[in-house]
Amino acid sequence: MEEDGTDVTAQTTGQGGKTARQAGADGGPGKKARLVSGPGLVLVWLYGVMTVGAASRSVYQIVSDYGRAPLAYSLSAVAAVVYVFITYTLVRGGETARKVALVCCALELVGVLTVGTWTLVDPSAFPDATVWSDYGMGYIFIPVALPVTGMLWLRKPRTAASAAAAA
Amino acid sequence: MLVALTIAVTAAALALAAWCGYAAYRDQPTKDWHFIGMAVVSVLALVQLVAGIVLVAGGQEPHDGSVIFFAYLVGAVLSVPIAGFMSLTERTRWGSVVVAAGGVVLAVLEVRLYAIWGG
Repeated sequence: MEEDGTDVTAQTTGQGGKTARQAGADGGPGKKARLVSGPGLVLVWLYGVMTVGAASRSVYQIVSDYGRAPLAYSLSAVAAVVYVFITYTLVRGGETARKVALVCCALELVGVLTVGTWTLVDPSAFPDATVWSDYGMGYIFIPVALPVTGMLWLRKPRTAASAAAAA
Repeated sequence: MLVALTIAVTAAALALAAWCGYAAYRDQPTKDWHFIGMAVVSVLALVQLVAGIVLVAGGQEPHDGSVIFFAYLVGAVLSVPIAGFMSLTERTRWGSVVVAAGGVVLAVLEVRLYAIWGG
């Protein structure tokens, strides 16, 4: 079953050659270090949900009534892009992806804290809510919890073997 | 009609979340019975989508507009099956956690749907 999952990932990303090369760099025995095994799968699921939520919300708001709250809608769109990118890197896996995702999670946390504080300090700048308003209260604080969990999960470099052990 | 279905889907989603959360607590992956449970919840969400289409086609207008209404209905139908497929690739307790999280996500979508429909 585990092998099947790995094969599917390799096929859908269409990078069979690169996969093998990266697996070598990761020190794994011909297997790319998966970032989505064990707790990582829960993480990628929540990131996927936030991606769909933030992306569909910002597209709808920008298309239907951008003039009402341009700043809020633009910030939601930025959040959507961040979520798309982190979800993609997590699914892709490998050591480079881990480092990139780690940096993005840190940026995401900075973004949530900045926008969250901004919406509290200067509510008049936001006629409508963003995904990160009030530290993501409209999304039961998942936006502030996700990057912290993500950084904990991605903190250590791993080989395929240690990832399997963690799962 | 739609409100009753919304309540039913919410209850079923939370029950599924609790059930799979319990499986995760006992360090077990999702099993056949869990997948039957997921199917039941998904069918309920599908019935809700069809009911929504029938009601809007019959002339009723959701409070927040039909675009958002249908976006949430489609999201509600997809959330549990996607979580279920993900749990198939992860035959550990974490697969169960994903489905439990999927149930919670569906419940949140239903609460939003209630507001979108009724105001």
